[in-house]
Amino acid sequence: MSVLSLIIKREFIAKVRNKSFIVMTFLGPLLIVGMTFLIAYLSSVNKGDIKTIGVHDSANVFVNDFKNSEDIKYVNLSNLSFDKAKDSSNNAFEGLIYVPEVQNISELATKTTYISDDSPKMDFLMNLQKVIDTKLNKENLKKLGFDADTIEKAKIKSEVQFAKFSGEDGLKFLNEIKIGIGFAFGYLIMMFIIIYGNMVMRSVIEEKTNRIIEIIISSVKPFQLMMGKIIGTSLAGILQFLIWIVLGVILMFSLSAVLGGQQEAVATAQVSAEQAEVAMSFVDKLQLYIAEIPVASILIGFVIFFIGGYFLYSSFYAAIGAAVDSETDSQQFLMPIIMPLMLAVYVGFLTVMNDPHGTVAVVFSLIPLTSPIVMLMRIPFGVPLWQLTLSVVLLYGTFIFVVWFAAKIYRVGILMYGKKPSWKELYKWLKY
Amino acid sequence: MSNILEVQNVVKQYGDYTALNNVSLQVPKGSIYGLLGPNGAGKTSLIRIINQITMPDSGIVFLDGEKLHPEHVKHIGYMPEERGLYKTMKVGEQCLYLAQLKGMSEAEAKKQLKYWFEKFEIQGWWDKKIQELSKGMAQKIQFIVTVLHQPKLLILDEPFSGFDPVNANLIKDEIIELNKKGTSVIFSTHRMESVEEMCDYIALIHKSNKLIEGKLDDVKRQHRTNTYQVGIVTNNIEGLMLQLTHKFTLNQTNFKSLNDDLKLEVHLGQYHSNDLLSILTQFGQVTHFVEKIPTVNDIFIQTVSQ
Repeated sequence: MSVLSLIIKREFIAKVRNKSFIVMTFLGPLLIVGMTFLIAYLSSVNKGDIKTIGVHDSANVFVNDFKNSEDIKYVNLSNLSFDKAKDSSNNAFEGLIYVPEVQNISELATKTTYISDDSPKMDFLMNLQKVIDTKLNKENLKKLGFDADTIEKAKIKSEVQFAKFSGEDGLKFLNEIKIGIGFAFGYLIMMFIIIYGNMVMRSVIEEKTNRIIEIIISSVKPFQLMMGKIIGTSLAGILQFLIWIVLGVILMFSLSAVLGGQQEAVATAQVSAEQAEVAMSFVDKLQLYIAEIPVASILIGFVIFFIGGYFLYSSFYAAIGAAVDSETDSQQFLMPIIMPLMLAVYVGFLTVMNDPHGTVAVVFSLIPLTSPIVMLMRIPFGVPLWQLTLSVVLLYGTFIFVVWFAAKIYRVGILMYGKKPSWKELYKWLKY
Repeated sequence: MSNILEVQNVVKQYGDYTALNNVSLQVPKGSIYGLLGPNGAGKTSLIRIINQITMPDSGIVFLDGEKLHPEHVKHIGYMPEERGLYKTMKVGEQCLYLAQLKGMSEAEAKKQLKYWFEKFEIQGWWDKKIQELSKGMAQKIQFIVTVLHQPKLLILDEPFSGFDPVNANLIKDEIIELNKKGTSVIFSTHRMESVEEMCDYIALIHKSNKLIEGKLDDVKRQHRTNTYQVGIVTNNIEGLMLQLTHKFTLNQTNFKSLNDDLKLEVHLGQYHSNDLLSILTQFGQVTHFVEKIPTVNDIFIQTVSQ
């Protein structure tokens, strides 16, 4: 077995056997699924919590318009005096909607008051304003001599269809879906780089503090050790991701089978032809969407940019690990690494979403430090081949340069103990 | 006799600091070679160059007649002063890994490990992690790892530090046995008594320069001061002293004896030892007459403080 593969094997096994790796690998998906269900449960608990709100509307303008909903119950307090209504609402209810008696009903647009010590929920407020708007609109129309019902009937709700020049059906929300996919992959790469880059760094520091480093590099070249470490660690990470995917799929399937089973039991009796049709067309739609999204180039792009980006950044991490004596010392050197990653995610989110082929998006998808993330966000929208090629060439070119540079710092750094180097010293090491 | 290692005019600089200034060494095959020098003299830099951990700025190193080459790491066993092993890795796996890095096959490494584990009676440690072992136990593993691949040249930096006297002796015997089987040993230490006891050759590096090199006996011969320790039973001390001070430089000295009236350290200067002896015999019975041979310690301190 070659020396490099020996090192890769050791690093891989060391990572995989680590307790925190095992715990994270198997607990991670459970945690995520658990969190999802916890959030769903909490919001359903929240829904069950019915709030009572008093209405004081002595002129009976809105009397029938406040309809009880799942989480809000209205109580008509118009018979009481305003002060009494206020007091009893304060004591027993969430708040009070006060509709004053006015000369002209349109004054209510600005004079209606919601009295409460808690600030109202967003959807409640929107609903309240909508009720008022609708009512006043109707009244206004009536005053002008229009029949509100006729107008309501005359209203039209449009639904724009999408098509391509080729004649195919276009699809709505396709852009949103593409952004979602691009963002998910870009984010995945960023997380992977940070988590596993840190792991590489920690493992370098560990060898340094254990002092085994001198024994190892009396047998192998520092470059081989560094590369072995980076590759071995990334394999462990890939394994973890694979396990997560498999576990996630299994969990989701089994959970939805359990839940779906329950729903079906309730719904069997009511399954109508219409529902079946909706379900059918959904599957068809899904296929259409999949056909629209360049799955193959996303996956290939993911692999290429993922490898390039991860190797680029973990070389930095390895060099930093070699330069410092402990993790606490690494902070000042980590900042410049995290920055471009964050920048990439924000730039990706802000510009790619608006204009996937705009200048900013294109430039950042070519710069090697940000390209793995930004380019992946752009790929679902279709990127010209020359840009892809240029970006890959730049990324891998920089990668080779950075590995060379990191290996130099690594070589000197692993044998330097006891002091925290400055940037200036790191620069000097390059010349040793 | 050919040399297992030849260092020719090696220069190594770190920035403005010169760690090795034109250093040359010859380590004869089959010898135990003491590499001496105060802290910071450049020993570790030299050892790292021999191990190809760093490259010299100029100069050449030959191992067994061949210019140093990456493959040569297989023929060198190196135990650094700062010992280290993976703390969370199991002993057996760790030894196998390190042996394979030195180019051994897994089967061969297992065979050799079995031999050494039996020899040191530590078969039960195979599945233990290093962090569960005591410092001395870990040192044994470290030694095994160093010699496992049957190197032609062993480089041991402070090999006895961290061992209790029993284990230090065990390791010493192992080193001597390996040396008898043909392994050349370079030995860097501050414990002069072990140099005295074990080394055939020594070299002294001080402030980046090699100051002394050669066979231990030759070095001692070069550093002899022509001084004799004498003990005599006499009833005329004054007369004797008068005679002696006339020719020689005298110093007070002390050594164990039963009943000497006078104990002296006599520096002969241009005279022969027989001149001294003939004077002494005129005055009484000579009970002690020994040339004072410089110890490695004396040579070390004398050279370094010059």
